[in-house]
Parts: sequence; C-alpha cells; structure tokens
Amino acid sequence: MSERSDKWQGGLLGWIDARFPLSSLWNDHLAKYYAPKNFNFWYFFGSLALLVLVNQIITGIFLTMNYKPSSTEAFASVAYIMRDVPWGNLIRYMHSTGASAFFIVVYLHMFRGLIYGSYRQPRELVWIFGMLIYVVLMAEAFMGYLLPWGQMSYWGAQVIINLVGAIPYVGDALSTWIRGDFVVSDATLNRFFAFHVIAVPLILLGLVVAHIMALHEVGSNNPDGIEIKKNKDANGIPLDGIPFHPYYTVKDIVGVGVFLILFFAVVFFIPTMNGFFMESNNFIPADPLKTPQHIAPLWYFTPFYAILRAVPDKLMGVISMGLAIVVMFFLPWLDRSKVKSMRYKGPLSKAALTLFVISFFSLGYLGLLPPTPERTLFARGFGILYFAFFLLMPIFTKLERTKPVPERVTFK
Amino acid sequence: MKKLIIAIMCSVLVLPALASASEGGEHLIKADVDLGNKASLRRGAKLFANYCMGCHSLQYMSYGRLARDLNLTKEDVYKNLQWAYTGKHSMADYMKIAMPAAEAKKWFGTPPPDLSLVARSRSPDWLNTYLRGFYVDKSRPFGVNNIVFHNVGMPDILWQLEGMKKAKFEEVTGPEGQKEKKFVGFETVTEGSVPPAQFDENVRDLVNFLTYVGEPGRPAHERLGVWVLLFLAIFTAVAYALKKEYWKDIH
Repeated sequence: MSERSDKWQGGLLGWIDARFPLSSLWNDHLAKYYAPKNFNFWYFFGSLALLVLVNQIITGIFLTMNYKPSSTEAFASVAYIMRDVPWGNLIRYMHSTGASAFFIVVYLHMFRGLIYGSYRQPRELVWIFGMLIYVVLMAEAFMGYLLPWGQMSYWGAQVIINLVGAIPYVGDALSTWIRGDFVVSDATLNRFFAFHVIAVPLILLGLVVAHIMALHEVGSNNPDGIEIKKNKDANGIPLDGIPFHPYYTVKDIVGVGVFLILFFAVVFFIPTMNGFFMESNNFIPADPLKTPQHIAPLWYFTPFYAILRAVPDKLMGVISMGLAIVVMFFLPWLDRSKVKSMRYKGPLSKAALTLFVISFFSLGYLGLLPPTPERTLFARGFGILYFAFFLLMPIFTKLERTKPVPERVTFK
Repeated sequence: MKKLIIAIMCSVLVLPALASASEGGEHLIKADVDLGNKASLRRGAKLFANYCMGCHSLQYMSYGRLARDLNLTKEDVYKNLQWAYTGKHSMADYMKIAMPAAEAKKWFGTPPPDLSLVARSRSPDWLNTYLRGFYVDKSRPFGVNNIVFHNVGMPDILWQLEGMKKAKFEEVTGPEGQKEKKFVGFETVTEGSVPPAQFDENVRDLVNFLTYVGEPGRPAHERLGVWVLLFLAIFTAVAYALKKEYWKDIH
C-alpha cells in the first residue's frame, strides 16, 4: 500500500483511508484482485448466489413487517400480505421464488466446483465454508417453509422433525426439544421464526464472508484448473489474471441481467412453478388432525429424501441421508487426480461424473413421487451410484491416465 | 464437456417414464378462466352470493376490494352481494358468513371450508369438474355424490339450475386384476331450469370468480411483469454492450 503521507493528499477518501482501510479493501477484493481471464458460463453463479442472498434478506425484512408468527394468525397474515399489503404479493413471490432460485444457483455453483476441481489444494477451506453455507441454507429453507403454516408446511416439518426420533435412546426427547411441544405447534412456529429471520441468516452471512475471504486469500481457480499465480510479470501480477473490477463486475452484471429476466419471468407469470416452488396443498391452513395423502418436501431436498426412503430401516435411512451430505465435505481429499479440471481428467472421471449427475437428478425426481416398489428399487440403485461416486473417487482418479495440462490458461 | 452435458440431458428426459400412468383420477374439464372478463366475474360473484355464501365464506376477500376490481358500486354490493338478515357490512369488511362452524360440523360432518383460496389449493379445472360432477346416489345423506370428490358432504346446490343426473359406470379390470368401477358418462334424470350449455356457462362464471378470489392481484401483477421484463431486456442489452467494450483488450 501507499505511504501514509500520500493518504493525506486524497481529500475525503484520504481522510477515510487514514481511519478505515476503504481503499485497501476495495483494492484487495475488487480493483486489484486478479482473477483468471478465462472464466466461462459456470462462473456466474457465485455472484448470483450473493444477489439472491441480498434479495432474500431485503424481501424477508419487508415480509416480517406484516407476517405474524402465531399458529392462529400466520396463515391469515400471509393471505393478508398477498392481498391487502401494497406490493405484498410481489415481495412474497420474490421471496418464495428466491428460495428455489437460491438452490438452483448454489447447485450450479457447486457443480462448477466439481467439474473444475475448485475444491482441490489450496482451496479446501473455500469448499468447506461453501459446504457449511449449503447445510445452513437447507436449515434456513426448511424453517422458512413452516412459516406460511399451510398443510405442507405443517406436515413437512412434522415428518422431518420426526426423523430425529429415529436416534436411539434420546431421539424422542430430542424431537420434543426441537419442537418445544409434542407435535408441531405454536411453540415450534415461534422458534422457527426466530431462527429463520435472525439466527440462521447471521450464521449464513458470517459463512459467506469466510467463504469469500478464503477464496481471495488463495485466488480463484479456473476452467483449466491451473494456478495463475505461477506465471507473474515483473510487477508480481499474474500474466493470466485480470482485475476483478472492472472486468468481472461488468461481466457479472450481464449475468445478473439474464438471471433476473428468468427470475422475474417466474415471479410474475408462474410463481408456483406448477407446484415445484409452491405446493397447492399449502393454500390450505395447517390442520394437525388431517394428514395429507402424500407429503413431499420441496424439490431441493428431494434427492436426499429419496435416499432416506430407499433405506428400509428408519435409523439407517436418516444416517444415509446425513452421510449423503457429509461425504461432500471430504471431496478435497477423495480426489487423487494429478489434474484439477475435468477437461484434463480421463474417461473414468467423466463417466463417473455423468453417472453421478444422472443419479442426483433421478433421486430428486423419485423423491417428488409417492413411493412404489419399483421406484424404491430405482432409488436404491441411484443411491448406490451416488455414494459410489464419492467412495470410489480415490481409486478411479488415481488409476486413469490424464491429459497434459497447459502452462497458461486457454479459452474454449 | 458438451457431450457430457448432452448425455445427462438425454437421460434426465427419460425420467418421467418412472411416473407410471396408474395415477388416475377422473379427467378434468378445462375451465378456460378469463380474469379479464369482468362481466363473467360479476355474474360469478352474483352466483356465489346467491348459492354458495350461505355456507362458504371468503374470509380473506373484502367487499371493498371486490367492488373496486369488478367495477361495482357500493349500492351493487349492498343490494346484490349481502344478505339482509346478516346485517349491513361495511366495504372494509371481509366476506364472512353467519353460519357457526360448530353447528355446521354437526349438520354436514365437516364445516364448509372457506373458499378464498380454493382455486389455488384445488385448481380451476378441478372446480369446474366438481361443480358439474354431482350425480344421484341414494346412499348419501343429501342424495348426491360427486365424481371427483367421492362421498362429499356437500349437497348439489346448483340442482335447480342443472337438474338431476345419474352417473353410468362400467366394470373394468384394474392393473392388478381387481374389479374397478370406471365412470363413463352422465344421464339426465330431470331437466334443470336452464339449458345445459347455459348451465356450463354459469359454472364457468363461478369458477372464473373463484379463481379471481384466489389471487385478486394476479392481473395487475402480470401487467407489471411485462414492463419489468421489458426493462430487464434493455438493461441486459446495455450491460452486454458495456462488457464487450471493456473486454476488447483481453485476449
């Protein structure tokens, strides 16, 4: 950074810089953060996730102004927001669509990491912080879904919290402790509201900061999976790096534009996404005495829900579902390939990835449907493929022959 | 990479095959909802007040909002949409009913539900089929049953308009060899006070009205959406031009 005496010459900015690291923050994270110049389509989703997070927080604040977290008033207050609050329906649809959009964007962001090896050394902590964000996001979405207090809200929460009951000895006591009652009730709604609007978002924001700080410490990966810091010019600037601002800020704004077109097309014209983003059963107020015929979680949980149902034993099912998420944390150490990017990995890795994506989609699809014997059989098969992808990764990544990696980044 | 994505897309497209065709249910009659047709919505509101509102409330819908959206005057609302014996409601009041839920439970087995959101929890097509789906069934307390809502607790409230009809069933063998009754059509027992085509129009007006009530803000929301998307299209085009300009010197 510059000398102290220079700072005083800078007028207002200089005055601030002498008291707060404004210029250095700006430079470290934007103007002098050098990102590889060959980012492609898959690199839009990090900034989009941040955009959706901001959308959720802002629309969420406005929703809380009229929402009432009480079992007798919650459903009616949502109806009130949708009908009688000016712009209420827009704010609510932006929030509900935002929840699904968050998962779409995050899944694509994670897939990017998967294909280009963004979790590999030295970015293990970036990946782990990212995984923690994903887990916390699932908790946030789950608790938020109870708040409209519709039938699906109620029974979805009932089913998921009951899963805790499968834990031996302490399960029942634990699920009662979570609910604050023997069934999902006003007490549950109140605490979920508290978690959803303040506790979990605080953790989420902290993790997002940690995720970005860890990333900016080690620098971004790229589609070739090579380190741009290995080739620097005389000033110590990576030859293949370009300043994040203005190059990637202007590029990401294009991504934001395209994303918002799709996002608002849903918000304005098909906000329920035919039951994928909002279930029709949730327009019926929660009724603890009337169990719906078919209880399915929203689409973003269904791959794991399918794994849960595929296992005959309840406890083992819960454990399998948990492991399906936990195993992703270990990705940095499961991948033993000499190269990071799928571009230079061998056919085994490519085949394994294809099977993994197919099984993830299939599990997601099966989780939406009521179970039948043949569907359960399929879910088992895909569940095995899902785990095999991770557990066999140390073997197939080590075995296969990889292609030579270029010295400098390439555009494809 | 591209081949991989194509392979994934192809296999994902095969997935719906797993949703076997066995998830039956009766075929729903399209409701052809048109929220822009205010005359139809007004006729639907009239039908609702005359036939439904004795038992079913619209507790999230205010008279004022209804009047504003359907171009009705205060007098229209007081004269045609409110019952004299329940007293005059203010325009700010929600469309509630006088029937006590506890009593209603005794009379019908289950209290008649509020219908503010019924078009969203069911669907306009389902409502259309349901309202036209009552048939004579002497085993039921009100003498009727329904083709899409088996053993429904509701009487055939529109019978004077529609007349009464019988349902014809056929014995068929299910996929696992069990005998099933398959609905094949209706047969008129007594004529109604309006011709069948007119009755279907009446039901359509009612369904149109309930769809509007399910989400009164929908038409305005969609009109706004067009402008938002138009703005975003221009914004994105400008942003793309800006990006191109900045990236000219990156190779």
